[in-house]
Amino acid sequence: MAESMHRFPGYDVLAKRDTPSWNPQTRRVIEERLALPPQAHGFFTEAEWRTLNAVCARILPQPPDRADPVPIAALLDQQMQQNRGDGFRQADMPPLREAWRRGLAAIEAEARLRHGAAFHALAAAQQDALLHSIQQGEVRAAEWQGLPVAHFFKARLLHDIVDAYYAHPTAWNEIGFGGPASPRGYVRMGFDRRDPWEAVERKP
Amino acid sequence: MSASDNHSGASPGGPDRPAGEDPLVTPRARQGRAPDVFRPGAWLPMREYPEDEPVDFAIIGTGAGGSTLACRLAEHGFGVVALEAGPFWRPLEDFASDELEQSKLYWLDERITDGEDPIEMGRNNSGRSVGGSMVHFAMVSLRFRPEWFSARSSLGYGVDWPIPWQEMWRYYAEVEEALKIAGPVRYPWGPPRGRYPYRAHEVNAAGLVLARGCEALGIPWAPVPLATVSAPRGQSPPCVYRGFCIIGCSTNAKQSPLVTWIPRAIRAGAEIRDLAMAGRVELGPRGRVSGVHYHREGRWRFQRARNVVVAGYAVETPRLLLNSACPAFPDGLANRSGLVGKNLMVHSGHGVFGRVEEEVRWYKGPPSLALTEHWNYTDTGKDFDGGYVPMSQGPLPVEWANVLTARGIWGEDLRQRMTDYIHGAGAKIVGEVMPQERNRVTLDAEQDRFGLPVARVTFSYCDNDRRLIRHALRFQRQLLEGAGVTGLFDVEDTAHLMGTCRMGTDPVRSVTDADGRCWDIPNLWVCDGSLFPTSGAVNPSLTIQALACRAADRIRTLARRGEL
Ligand SMILES: Cc1cc2nc3c(=O)[nH]c(=O)nc-3n(C[C@H](O)[C@H](O)[C@H](O)COP(=O)(O)OP(=O)(O)OC[C@H]3O[C@@H](n4cnc5c(N)ncnc54)[C@H](O)[C@@H]3O)c2cc1C
Ligand code: SF4
Repeated sequence: MAESMHRFPGYDVLAKRDTPSWNPQTRRVIEERLALPPQAHGFFTEAEWRTLNAVCARILPQPPDRADPVPIAALLDQQMQQNRGDGFRQADMPPLREAWRRGLAAIEAEARLRHGAAFHALAAAQQDALLHSIQQGEVRAAEWQGLPVAHFFKARLLHDIVDAYYAHPTAWNEIGFGGPASPRGYVRMGFDRRDPWEAVERKP
Repeated sequence: MSASDNHSGASPGGPDRPAGEDPLVTPRARQGRAPDVFRPGAWLPMREYPEDEPVDFAIIGTGAGGSTLACRLAEHGFGVVALEAGPFWRPLEDFASDELEQSKLYWLDERITDGEDPIEMGRNNSGRSVGGSMVHFAMVSLRFRPEWFSARSSLGYGVDWPIPWQEMWRYYAEVEEALKIAGPVRYPWGPPRGRYPYRAHEVNAAGLVLARGCEALGIPWAPVPLATVSAPRGQSPPCVYRGFCIIGCSTNAKQSPLVTWIPRAIRAGAEIRDLAMAGRVELGPRGRVSGVHYHREGRWRFQRARNVVVAGYAVETPRLLLNSACPAFPDGLANRSGLVGKNLMVHSGHGVFGRVEEEVRWYKGPPSLALTEHWNYTDTGKDFDGGYVPMSQGPLPVEWANVLTARGIWGEDLRQRMTDYIHGAGAKIVGEVMPQERNRVTLDAEQDRFGLPVARVTFSYCDNDRRLIRHALRFQRQLLEGAGVTGLFDVEDTAHLMGTCRMGTDPVRSVTDADGRCWDIPNLWVCDGSLFPTSGAVNPSLTIQALACRAADRIRTLARRGEL
């Protein structure tokens, strides 16, 4: 889907930055997020970084004509640097950083075993097929040893990528979310009621 | 950073303020003052108690149970020190409208989960701050059905509570008044009750979908009684329907303990110590506890106390008691019954979602504004024990995306479906879960940053739980079909934590008596969700606060009789 096919044409949550919808602390937090360089990484190695970027591009493919793509991989690297987990993990799952490092290594190994090539070098369809088999837990590489494969895919890989993406204003624009709202909230609550500071949906 | 930004939240997501100002690093409540949550940069004078003289009550945890008890005990004239592992937030300055940033409200230290149905912790159920989990709760404030207090003798399942419902009813009214609960004039279920202190909130479109479904089925629905004010109250402005409630209310409309019980407690002479992590309760001479070892400002300290109350919620409370094992209590403090940590309960939170033609924009307003307690008060047509209550939903984007990925959806498909966000509608239950001893909190070999063994949380549904869930999913499908929702799909979830230090009338079958007083140690108390013998099928915080109000009154009575 090209960005030009947007459901909410012209909507930009950032346009509300200087309105009563945004308080100072929200401005600060979102500005920090927007300032993150897409190539910034201090946790992942170069090899991991290449695999990770390729994985993110398949889990949440972004339109090529997008002006401000979500820097998913950089957000994940930041999460790893801060070691920001969920506050729990299942008994058979390694801690956050270890899970990601081992997971990425295993994805890479799986790609080489199946296709004799690096994951990032595969065609999109091959990458998708490989990710689907990981989701089903159908893997062959020895590197998966000690990782609960399907659970890793769902609770770690998918979960962290999706958390990063939908925490970004670009994603909020895409889905017509009102975005930050404090001190001003909303007034019109019923069916088909829209406050003037909410997104207008393009009707077919 | 501009001057006005100086007090904004410490961000786990970026460059922070100097360490001296970061509320996650440096305590705020000290040197005789605590943050005044209603005025930026302002302080309330706070009494301080010395560590080496026994304070009447040292309370561990300042959530629904701990803060309420701290307030009421202080108002009854007792000396109170409340230790809280989390920070003391100033919502007006610290709370951003952002899901990622606000993860700072959760208990994010590791816990290990297992069992057949491992539960999600962290943002799903555990807070860590002054005010506890209610700082990011959804404000739903419901009373138990009266018969649930005698579940075994009246309804034939679970166990009886040691407190008659009429007594709980009085304390419910006290809490509803203290939080100015906004609810309907006439609530459709249960015995007659006084009207709610504040008028009900307007029901948003997401709630109206549920209402439409109930009307199609010919069963009653109601606006949800909520702990956020529908008109100004003191320094709290009315709710502005910004919809970020479960990541913290930045306007102080929400009547969480942080803006209700805590300021009251401080005014009544309680001391709150933030960033104070209790690690062990010390058993002293004569079979009584003597105080609490806790970590604050870089070192371990000891607060002496005549009484210790554990109020860390259903995982941290048993963890602390188990971590406090000593020669007299090798299996954990106050654990002669062997029940500390056992009978952990959650609520099943299974739901059904879909799409409606109208724009719903369910991010507006508190997440749950309409419900039906039909299956809590109807006993026929059920193939299970217990009850459940479907409620309307309003997930924020990250939360909603996680609902879709849990179904295995990703890629272009996920992005496409997410663009339907403003047409989403659905319902989720708070469903009763049976107490089972195999569901429990134990200690894991792994240690946290304080060197304390972390909790291992084991959970599996029983057959009755599964039958209830099946019934609830079927019913919610009917409800939503009747409301014109299409493309329905089921989701699995849990909410809330209860049990693990159940109260009762028999020292062999419970950990504490009806007052939360441990059978094994007369000056050790529990006051939080871990006391619940059964889970009921409504959100627990109103009941936890009612128990705390009752415990405070009972403690005053016992003290007057010389029975403390
Ligand atoms: C997203 C969400 C929505 C919810 N919505 C609702 C709702 O709408 N209605 C409802 O009734 N309930 C709701 N709840 C549940 C409700 O918040 C809890 O049931 C309730 O707060 C539990 O009260 P408590 O006193 O047992 O524990 P908590 O409120 O969790 O308080 C425990 C406190 O103890 C502290 N603590 C723990 N261990 C230690 C230690 N060792 N030393 C020092 N401090 C410690 C913790 O940091 C915490 O602040 C919700 C919960 C969540 C997470
Ligand atoms: S909707 Fe109301 S209670 Fe919820 S965060 Fe906004 S103002 Fe607070």
